[in-house]
Amino acid sequence: MIELEDVAYSYGRAELFAQLNLSLAPGSFHFLTGPSGAGKTTLLKLCYGELSATAGQVRLFGQDATTLERDGIAMIRRRIGVVHQDCQFLDHLPVAENIALPLKVASREAEAVGNLDDLLAWVGLRAQANQTPPQLSGGERQRAALARAVIMSPDVIIADEPTGNVDWEMSQRLLTLLVELNKMGKTVLIATHDLNLIRTAKKQVSARVLRLKDRQLHQAGAEL
Amino acid sequence: MRLAIRDVLALIAGDPQADRAVPPTGFTARLTLFTAAAMAFLAVFAMALSLATGRLADRWSEELARTSTLRISAPADQAAAQARRAIAVLETTPGVAAARPLTAEEQRNLLEPWFGPDLPIDALPIPQLIEIIEEGSGYDPIGLRARLQAEVPGAVLDDHTRWREPLVAAAGRLRMLGWLAIALIGLATGAMITLAAQSALAANAQVIRVMRLVGAQDSYIARAFVRRFTQRALMGAAIGTLLGMIAVFALPDADVAGGFLTGLGFRGAGWIWPLLVPPLAAVVAFLATRAAAMRTLGEQS
Repeated sequence: MIELEDVAYSYGRAELFAQLNLSLAPGSFHFLTGPSGAGKTTLLKLCYGELSATAGQVRLFGQDATTLERDGIAMIRRRIGVVHQDCQFLDHLPVAENIALPLKVASREAEAVGNLDDLLAWVGLRAQANQTPPQLSGGERQRAALARAVIMSPDVIIADEPTGNVDWEMSQRLLTLLVELNKMGKTVLIATHDLNLIRTAKKQVSARVLRLKDRQLHQAGAEL
Repeated sequence: MRLAIRDVLALIAGDPQADRAVPPTGFTARLTLFTAAAMAFLAVFAMALSLATGRLADRWSEELARTSTLRISAPADQAAAQARRAIAVLETTPGVAAARPLTAEEQRNLLEPWFGPDLPIDALPIPQLIEIIEEGSGYDPIGLRARLQAEVPGAVLDDHTRWREPLVAAAGRLRMLGWLAIALIGLATGAMITLAAQSALAANAQVIRVMRLVGAQDSYIARAFVRRFTQRALMGAAIGTLLGMIAVFALPDADVAGGFLTGLGFRGAGWIWPLLVPPLAAVVAFLATRAAAMRTLGEQS
């Protein structure tokens, strides 16, 4: 689904990583860890086409990302649900409209009628549907972002530090939702610092843990 | 071309959801509305000027082309006889419909603006003027001059060519300046709307980022801005045009006050022309905003 082959990425002269390989198979569950500044967020952005690799090849659903126009990338994004640490909402719109936004931009508003209510119930935000994002707590915002990421029923869910701003209980709740999605056949890639979250997840799902360090991606050992 | 038509139709049909994605921005909204209104107001005046000078050029051209003047400069005791001979020559000249000597009263009226009302016209050696009205394709001025030279030595024919040509040329240039002013107003409107649109796009960088994150294509994002600016320009231009038309309508009537400037305005079907200003402003806004949006989206990618 998403394949990175000998990929390098540089910010100016500073090379963040090089000769990096990654393959996300359908239905797989991955954690991406590593020290701050190692390039986890950059790697995720390469995976959903927000950034272009400075070398190597990125294939998104079989298409070479470097040859895709902006509109082509937009079509790819509809197959990848993204959850940011800072969520990124349209603050002037109610939560329900923010969650339904991917359907609207894809001209599939009709699907929102039934799905949206179910989704709000699934993430426990039915009561907050008409509130605006700034009125939500950190955990509620993360759940709303997760709901928005899955409303298009994407093939892949990519989450960048989804539990970074929430307490333990809420992080467990978010993890449960992500595991449920994986059990529904979705591919999940989560970047996180939270080793406890990874340990808990490994009890529920067969997860592969990747560590980004020294410009390379390593398979994490049994210490996790 | 097909894409442009589809875009315009989509714009007219509207997409309230795309519109809602962009928060309303009071400053750029007011700026666009005011700019469009002010420019439309000026465009109506430029149009009125252009149409009035067009009418003036046509009128001068027609009036001066259909008449000429014969001046009899002869000693007082021969003037009446030469005038009669000249009339006789003119009456037998093909292309001359009528010829008549101006009365002393008419000649006094012509001189009054220059010498005042108490002009003792009888005491002055003023030449006798004969007005010639042409018909059909007019007379042959070279042939008539030759005949007059032979039969009426004191007659000088003025076919108004030397007056008509510079006047008509001046009116033509004024008309061209009017249309040039309208074109400049259109360009200035486009430039100002482009700046306002760029400002709105920069202020909404986060909105654009979120919409891209959820899979919005550039055309969808641009449409939200384009539709909004087009509507504002249309509304502003409609207000400006209405005010401009009222102002032109309120100008003094040409028949009452006379003169060129008081003839500024629209006549009959000419009132339809200013109604084109709002849709044209909307088209300018559409093109300017779309170009600005696509360029900005390209730069932000």
